[in-house]
Amino acid sequence: MKLQVLYFAWLRERIGLAEERVEPPQEVASVADLVGWLRSRGAGYAEALADPGRVRCAINQEFATLGAALAHGDEVAFFPPITGG
Amino acid sequence: MAFIRVGPEDFDPAAEVVALQAEAGDAGAIATFLGIVRRGQDKPIEAMTLEHYPGMTERAIARMVAEAESRWPLSGCRVIHRTGRIPVGGRIVLVLTASRHRQAALEATSFLIDWLKVGAPFWKKEHPEAGEGRWVEARPADDAAAGRWH
Repeated sequence: MKLQVLYFAWLRERIGLAEERVEPPQEVASVADLVGWLRSRGAGYAEALADPGRVRCAINQEFATLGAALAHGDEVAFFPPITGG
Repeated sequence: MAFIRVGPEDFDPAAEVVALQAEAGDAGAIATFLGIVRRGQDKPIEAMTLEHYPGMTERAIARMVAEAESRWPLSGCRVIHRTGRIPVGGRIVLVLTASRHRQAALEATSFLIDWLKVGAPFWKKEHPEAGEGRWVEARPADDAAAGRWH
């Protein structure tokens, strides 16, 4: 399964990337699985994704929960709670 | 028919009101909300940077505007939200709604700005007069303000 993963705000800064294409192992089926796998990829990831309670997610530009299922080709974004307006 | 723009360009609030009045036909009221970067008191800042999620942000705003149009009889609406670095005193966001009567316009404007704060992907980073930039934490009060429209 190939995914396009986007990071915003302090997640982008800590991971050091705005966007990347990833191909996680087969057992990665949900957003929570993806978070767990990404955390193992380096210190920046581990720090940025340490507390899932501080991270929000979207799949294909729609808000999603940690339990949401992933599909090949999905655009998955991770970002902090919104502070707009 | 709503006008939505997200990007770094500044805007002229007066020109936007005039444009909406021209679009809105027989409107009797236009309500406005203008958000401005404020310096603050405890830890004064010199600027703010706004980041967004191109595509998702515009769609989220369009959905909020559609919701406002379904709740109030609006004859026009303009939402402009800036991105990038904006100095203290700079304009961040403009919400304008037009309706036949003031109540609908005032309520719809309030609804839209409350939802913009929690429902459209924007993130603010403050640049203090001294020291490193810091990302603004989400405020429970903003969730509560949006929640009152359920």
